[in-house]
Amino acid sequence: MNNANSMHEDQESMLKELMMLDFKLLDLQLYLDTHPDDMNSISAYNNLLVKAEALRKAYQEKYGPLTVNYPVSDTWKWINNPWPWNKMEV
Amino acid sequence: MWYYDKKLQYPIKITNSNPKLAKYIITQYGGPDGEIGASLRYLSQRFAMPTPEAKAILNDIGTEELAHMEMVGTIVRQLIQDVPPRKLEELGLGSYYTEHGCGVYPENASGVPFSASAFQSKGDPIADLYEDLAAEQKAKATYDYLLQLCDDPDVIDPLRFLREREVVHFNRFSEALQIVKDRMGTKKLY
Repeated sequence: MNNANSMHEDQESMLKELMMLDFKLLDLQLYLDTHPDDMNSISAYNNLLVKAEALRKAYQEKYGPLTVNYPVSDTWKWINNPWPWNKMEV
Repeated sequence: MWYYDKKLQYPIKITNSNPKLAKYIITQYGGPDGEIGASLRYLSQRFAMPTPEAKAILNDIGTEELAHMEMVGTIVRQLIQDVPPRKLEELGLGSYYTEHGCGVYPENASGVPFSASAFQSKGDPIADLYEDLAAEQKAKATYDYLLQLCDDPDVIDPLRFLREREVVHFNRFSEALQIVKDRMGTKKLY
């Protein structure tokens, strides 16, 4: 079934990849909160951040903004479906 | 302050509705050991934390809990969405439907609305951090019980993720508690 809420397979897999990178970053962030001098974790954090930022940029250019502070072109794409709680019907 | 990121923390894609299960899972939205309570607990307690590590961990875990609240709400919504009212009534959700339709409302599995009386913000960092350790254990136990009541892999997968996060948070709070105790021992608070 395809409707306004649907997300195509390519978009879904790209978003899942970004979710994974952002999750790794968050998990490291919490670890660094209580281990602020752990150099291995800091270097892992920096490496992941570069990857996540590049993927986020590519995703947003293709599918629209993930955060509202994103340059507006012709229409206000921020409101576009799907929102995260919508069923992702491919 | 906060910015919204228009995605879930972990993917949720539920194919089959299951209102009965939604009625149990909703306690992790608005129940005593649920994600809203967790978020409010940590984000309130952080104001009285004495060390940079403890301030950061309560701030950041309190923020992650907001993403978990969104995940649990998404699970509940997808489990009850498009179910006919008569079917909801048959499955014991007649009262829920009367009050909330197929919307998501913060309450526990017995229908008691969310209450901040399920947590404390004591202004005493040691007392608060011990509460936080217990809170993570209780939330994990609730996810364990829910997993026992659930046989849909679409729901089991995100519930397992959420359960795992309780374990990680418990470990981070343990470390923060140790740091606070050590600093208080040497009176090097800032």
